[in-house]
Formats: sequence, C-alpha cells, structure tokens
Amino acid sequence: MRYLPLSEADRSEMLRVIGAPSIDELFRDVPAEARLKGPIHNLPSHASEMAVERHMAALSRKSMAAGDVPFFLGCGAYKHHIPASVDHIIQRGEFLTSYTPYQPEIAQGTLQMMFEFQTQVARLFGCEVANASMYDGSTAMWEAIVMAHRITRRKKSLISSGVHPHYVSVARTMAKFTEDQLETSVPDLTARTDIDRLTAAIDEETNAVVVQYPDILGRIADLTPIAEAAHAKGALLIAVVTEPVALGLIKSPGEMGADIVVGEGQSIGVGLQFGGPYVGLFACREKHVRQMPGRLAGETVDAEGKRGFVLTLSTREQHIRREKATSNICTSSVLCALAFTAHLTLLGEKGLRQLASLNHARACEVADRLAGLPGVALVNESFFNEFTVKLPVEARPAVHAMVEKGVLGGVSLGRLYPGAEELENGLVIAVTETVTDQDIDALEVALRELVQ
Amino acid sequence: MTVNPSGWRPTTPANTQGEAETVTGNRALMLEEPLIFEIDASETTGVDFDEVPQHPRRLEGLERSRPIGLPGLSEPEAVRHYTRLSRQNYAIDLGLFPLGSCTMKHNPRLNEKVARMPGFADVHPLQPQETVQGALEVVSELAQWLLDLTGMPSVAMSPKAGAHGELCGLLCIRAALEARGDKREVVLVPESAHGTNPATAAFAGYRVESIPANSAGRVDVEALKSRLAPDVAAVMITNPNTCGLFEPEMKAISDAVHAAGAFVYCDGANFNAIVGKVRPGDLGIDAMHINLHKTFSTPHGGGGPGSGPVVLSKALAPYAPLPFVERDGDQFRLVEEETAGEHHGGTFGRMVAFHGQMGMFTRALTYILSHGADGLKQVAEDSVLNANYILRSLEDILDAPFAKSGPCMHEAIFSDKGFAGGLSTIDLAKALIDEGFHPMTMYFPLVVHGAMLIEPTETESKASLDQFIAAIRSIGERAKAGDESLKAAPVHAPRRRLDETLAARKPVLTYRDPEVAEAAE
Repeated sequence: MRYLPLSEADRSEMLRVIGAPSIDELFRDVPAEARLKGPIHNLPSHASEMAVERHMAALSRKSMAAGDVPFFLGCGAYKHHIPASVDHIIQRGEFLTSYTPYQPEIAQGTLQMMFEFQTQVARLFGCEVANASMYDGSTAMWEAIVMAHRITRRKKSLISSGVHPHYVSVARTMAKFTEDQLETSVPDLTARTDIDRLTAAIDEETNAVVVQYPDILGRIADLTPIAEAAHAKGALLIAVVTEPVALGLIKSPGEMGADIVVGEGQSIGVGLQFGGPYVGLFACREKHVRQMPGRLAGETVDAEGKRGFVLTLSTREQHIRREKATSNICTSSVLCALAFTAHLTLLGEKGLRQLASLNHARACEVADRLAGLPGVALVNESFFNEFTVKLPVEARPAVHAMVEKGVLGGVSLGRLYPGAEELENGLVIAVTETVTDQDIDALEVALRELVQ
Repeated sequence: MTVNPSGWRPTTPANTQGEAETVTGNRALMLEEPLIFEIDASETTGVDFDEVPQHPRRLEGLERSRPIGLPGLSEPEAVRHYTRLSRQNYAIDLGLFPLGSCTMKHNPRLNEKVARMPGFADVHPLQPQETVQGALEVVSELAQWLLDLTGMPSVAMSPKAGAHGELCGLLCIRAALEARGDKREVVLVPESAHGTNPATAAFAGYRVESIPANSAGRVDVEALKSRLAPDVAAVMITNPNTCGLFEPEMKAISDAVHAAGAFVYCDGANFNAIVGKVRPGDLGIDAMHINLHKTFSTPHGGGGPGSGPVVLSKALAPYAPLPFVERDGDQFRLVEEETAGEHHGGTFGRMVAFHGQMGMFTRALTYILSHGADGLKQVAEDSVLNANYILRSLEDILDAPFAKSGPCMHEAIFSDKGFAGGLSTIDLAKALIDEGFHPMTMYFPLVVHGAMLIEPTETESKASLDQFIAAIRSIGERAKAGDESLKAAPVHAPRRRLDETLAARKPVLTYRDPEVAEAAE
C-alpha cells in the first residue's frame, strides 16, 4: 500500500519494543464482539493510482462541465476566470498540508496571509474588521443574525425577500432551534426591491434587518436609508454579498452604513466545485469584534521585537470558552481564503475594477439582446452581472430544454422557489467575463426557440 | 524608514546565536516578506483583461467614488510573495506533525488531481440534475462507503466540518425528540471532550452538563448512568476518546442512554484508530460525524475547509437535513425540497446553501478507493502501532498517566509531571520546533495536567518516529533537570515566541497605513 511506510519487519520490531505479541493485543480494549475478524465483507481491496484515476475520470465525464458549454448560471455561485498562479499557490505543500496556526512561530505564512485576507475583506466591504473566514455565505449570514441577537438582546430579524432562498432556509432551520423569530417572504418579480416595505417594518423589537446586495434577482438598491432607519430603532443592518466582484464597481455596504457585512467569497479564486468548499466572508464594526464568531489573526511582536502574527481574541472561541463560546465553529475555510486573497492580490484595485466593469458591460449587452426576444421582459432596472427575465413560458422546463441545445442558460426561480406560481416564469441569468460572443448567440437562439 | 518592513528594524538586537546581522533582515533561505499593503502597488495588476465595451451603466447611481485600498501585484511578485510566506509554515510535507486528535496524515496528491477534474470542479451547484450525474454519483458512492465502514443505515453529507456535523447530529436528535413530543433540555458531555461538543450543544439550544472521567482516563460510567433522567436529550461521547483510549463500555453506555429515552452522539474525530476494524454501528450509537479531513486525508489547508458527514441510526434518519442524493437505477437524484423525500419526511431543513463539500468528497473517495477495505484496516492498525511505539519509547522519560492500564489507540498522552524549574509543556513543545518537528497538542484534554497528546498517524516511517523519540527524550531530560534555556525556545524558527497577551489586549486585526495608525494613536 503506497501510502503506508511501515514494512513487515518494522511492524515486528515495533511490536517487540512495545511488548505486545500481536497487533490484536493493541486493540484489546475493544470488546471482542465489536471487533471485525477481517476486512469488511464485500468491499473492494486497495487499488493502484492508475485504476483509481481511471474510475474517477469516468465519473467526471458523466457531468457537463461549465467550461465546455455556453454558461449563464449564478444565484450565489459564479464562474470567473481564475489565474493559473492561484491554483499553484494553494497547492504549495506548506499551505495545503499545514494545520490551524496554533504554533505561530512556525505558521507565520498562514497567519500573515489571514491578516492580509482580513484587511482585504474589510476594505472591500467597507468595514473596520473582518475575520479569517467562515464555512460559506449562508452559515456566515446565520452567524451574523445570532451576533445581532447578542448585541441588541432582541430576538426578531427582518429578512428581505431578496436574500438567497437557501440562505433563508439555513437561517430558518437554525431559528427553529434557537427560537429566534425571523420574518421572511418570497420576492416579487418587480424592478424595485422590498427595501421600502422593510424600512417601514423595523420596530423596537427588531435586532437586525438583513438585505442582499445585489439581491437574488440581481437588483441593486441604496442601503443608506434603511441603515439609518435601523439605527434609529436600535437595530443593526446586516448586508449579504454573494457576488463580491460587484464591489469593484459599486459602493460597499459598509460605506452605506451596514453594521455587519457577510458574504460568499467563492467568486474570487475558488471556482464552482458543485457548491463547496466555498469561503464565508464576515466583517463588522470594531466595537462589535468581541461578539464576532470565527478565527482572527492579529498583529503582535515576538521576543526579539520583530513583528509577527497570532490567532487572537480566542476567548470568544469554543476551545477556550466551551459552551459559552460565540459559535461552535472550529475549522473554517482557510485554503479557500488563500485562493481568495491570492486572486484579489493579483487583481489589485485596478484589476478588480476592470473585471467588474467588464462583467457589467457584458451583462448589459446580454440583457438588451434577450429583452428583444418576443414575450421576454427584463425585470431589473438595475443590476451588476446578473438579472432576471420573465419568460412567456415556465422557466424550469425551459432550462432543461436549453440543456438539450447544449446551453446552461440560467437558474429558474421555479427551482429556487418551488410552489411559488407567480415566480415560475422567472429566469435568473448571470453574465461574467468568461462569456463569449458565441455563447451569447447560442443563448439567444436557444431561448428564441422556446418562446416562439 | 526600515529596510525591510516585515519586521527587521535597525534597532533589532542581534539574535542569541551570535550570528551577524544582515542588511535585509534575511538569513539565506529564511526570507522576510512584507505585507501586500506595504508594497506600493495601487496601480499594478497581475491579470490582463480585454478592453471594456462602452455601455450605459445600470447601477442605480451607486458607482464607487472612493478607492477601496486594494494593492495589486504582478504575477512574478505575487508568486514570490506567497512562496516566501509558505516557507514560514511547518507542514506535513516537511515532517512529523503529531497533533493529537487532528490526524495530520500524508495528503495523497492523486486526491488533488482528481478534485480538479472538470466534472467535479467545474460544475455549478444549481445546474440541471441531468448535467451533474457524475458529481452526484461521487456523493452517492462515498456515502455508501461511509455506511459500510460505520455499519450505519443513513448518512447526511452536507455538513461543512466536524463541528458542523456535530450540530447536524444534535439537530436530528432534537427533531426526533420533538416529533414524539418530548422536550428535553440537557446534553451530557464528558469533561475530556473537544470544546466543540459543549459549544455545539449550546448552539443547538441545549444546557450542557459535564460528566467526569475516572482515573483510567475513561468516562465514569456510573456517574453517567446516575445522571440519566427524562430531561437528558443526548450524551456526546468521543470514542476512541481524547485520552487516546477506547471506551470499552460503549455498548453498555448506549443501552443505558437508550433505556432512558435519550440518544448517543459519538464524536468521530478519532475514527482513524478503528476504521475498517470496528463499526460504530455495532456499538449502539445514533449519530457520528466523520471528519473527512482527518481519517480520509483531505488536506487541512491551514485551518479548513473540512467536511463532516454524519452517519445516522434508523431512529434519526428521517430527520436528516436537506439536500440528499437518492439513487434510482443508474440515475442519481438530488432531493432539495422538503416535500420531495420519500424516506425523509421529518427533515429538519437545510444547513448550508448548497450540497456540502464536493471538493472534499472527491478527495475522500479517491483516498478510500486507493486503500480499499484491506488498506483501511491497515491504516487503523499502523496508526495504533505507531502511537503505542511512541508510548512505550517515552514512558520512562515522560509521565504517561494511563500507560499502566494498557495499550493506547492512535494517540499517546503524557503529562508534564516531573518537570523542574517551573518548566511546563509549552517549553518542551517549543523546543521540539527547534528540532524540526511540529509540537503535539498541548494542554488538551483538560483532564490531564499539562497534557501532551501525540498522534503520529500511520503515514510516518519507523525512522521518522525514532528521530522524534530521540528528540523528545533529550528535551524531556532537560525539562526534568530544569534547564532554563528551554524557556527561550524556539530560537531557530522564523519567529521567537510571540506576545499573545499584547495581541489580545490591543487587537490589531487589519493593516492600517502608518499615517492613519499614527493619527489614531
């Protein structure tokens, strides 16, 4: 077995040193009836690298890869080009095969990278501080809601209908057990978000109002008025960003007054990966940092006065505080955070702006083309790289019909909101820099056939 | 102005080795590296783009007017920056990484190659199901292996890490109790448990009560049994436990817990010791998470991403979270909607936005197929053999509190009893760094004074273990003799001991430009 270095001679010699007659003697605490006599019955034995690779490659070929077809899916996961050097960097063994940096003297690489990541996320979101990552955007949003609960000591949160429905599902699942009260609804197929309705609903019981920016239909709204309204009632504004590339072009939620900004970092550096692993982003005001969940890297000095970094404020965390911790999170998503920070460093401010501008311009072009199809109406007035169209037919079967034409043509609202009849003609289309002119032609042809 | 902004100052004293200072602060291959924010690079980019077509914008008038403050590096600068940083990290690829309960084993590179195959890496989570059959088949195939290896009837694949899996298990338990109208408020957790156990129980809305350990390092079964009452929802037990010992009375514990109407949650962090040898399902447990990043070798990556599928008993299976993969002949179906599952009517809902850690599933399945049932059994045996070899090679030097009660499982535990001159576990650990090893888990579990928990894993050769043993024997002798110089360790690492108190007292969590920082003082 190629991964096991001990030889039979080593094993015998080691048993002799231990003073055990056989390996079974070492398992003597396991009751005999629980011990298996040999390898588990009916399971295959070990296999060569070549055989395993062949098996896995055959499975891989059974999927339709996004890069092989015209591709327009978004709704919380975006296909962007990732520079080759990013994957090289995350495969450096010193990053890939290291552990949570509990021994800072020999983990400065990870710690400095975390510190840089925290700074980039904080600046991108317009916040003072950010943590070193969460599991994903949806779990980050739930952690933000319970953080608002701790800060305000109130149990009611208003969640915009524009928040990703899976994020809302995660929050509803958790709230059932914590008895937090969540007010949620499904979105309307209209040009405006529900921000005015939400603003009016904030009251003295509200701990936070949660909005997504841009929202699930791709719409963008100024968050300044709702931030002011929330603060006037002693509530917090939580903003959720599922497409951080947008912030290369539009104002950050923090600039507009959001108190906690969370998001999904997948679109920078991480790739689609069928939904995971991704990287949750979490930023907030400095005054709330001790209520924040997750790992934090902080600057300090070593015994010689040299600058260095350590994990800090761990008295918030489970390994110190146990049942009194701010969260049960232990492992986060550091390697994905490395991919995010490396990609963002390669982009820099200039590259991010160019990337965002390119995405927006491409999306505008596709929106205009599709709005020219008979019976197809563009729902959005504002959007970044993703918008919603209303088809004259049901969108869910339309998506499957487009697959027949070799086009992955968007996400149907019928899939995201099963049972919501008023949304079933809605199709959300994302357009990134990876889309070519030929891809756009293919989408237009495929949709035209469906709506005629 | 400093020559090197990454730490070296003209006033930095020469280090204790009497080496000559260098102008750059570098020491040959030990290269200092500034923060990206200290490199003047606001106009640099390492990515080239096509020209942006002109188009009227539809951004609601919300265009950014102020700079974000993101530095950019060209590709050569970026590659050098991260490569230099990487060299300040210890890693399994460099040497023995014996962190107890963390299972730092070799990460096979085939796993990395497979995870990057386009049918897994380049598929969107919301693609139509007919276009993601290969990805769904991986989930299904891995799930089947996990069921076979644990002897359990059901598995929830979506939890994102071990602690997230714990949460999944406890929420299943809560949903099952609520379904029978039984409101129970307490979860019992042994005092030797990982911190995530009590934190998870609290996160799931339970009150946590501690169960003591006995002098042999096991759960005090009598104390546990006497606490079982109608208010107890679950008992969380780690087996093998955090002292590196198997809980021999596990089945009896399970039976007692079930008789009291409660459920058994098993923390599967230490599954590596028994994989292929013992099926937890035969011990009467109801739920157990499996850290794919421990037993099944997916890389730890400096602190994640992990993956924590949870195997479930028949009693808990109906409450498993959405989504799940169902097999229908040679077709695979992703069930995302609460009403759609035939066998999961009571699902407690969704835990994550999409379907779990696909990138970890591909790696874990590749690892499992490489080993097969025979190889996995050998994994458990070699990991236990290596740990016992360390235990018996060090027990005359270091205090081994449970060594007399018999063999350990995959990790060996020692205490700092007998260290002189005020030296403690941390001093031995930091001296190990100078010898080129990562330290063991320190001061955990809490039931052993100055605990040192050593888990070598099965991927270490005998020569590697022998070198490690020799290093600890030497440092251990010095610690018992009260050798003051240990307090200065490490002296050969990229940094000396860091001031954690300062970091916590005056937290600096993001970079501030020097002018801004000065103005804030």
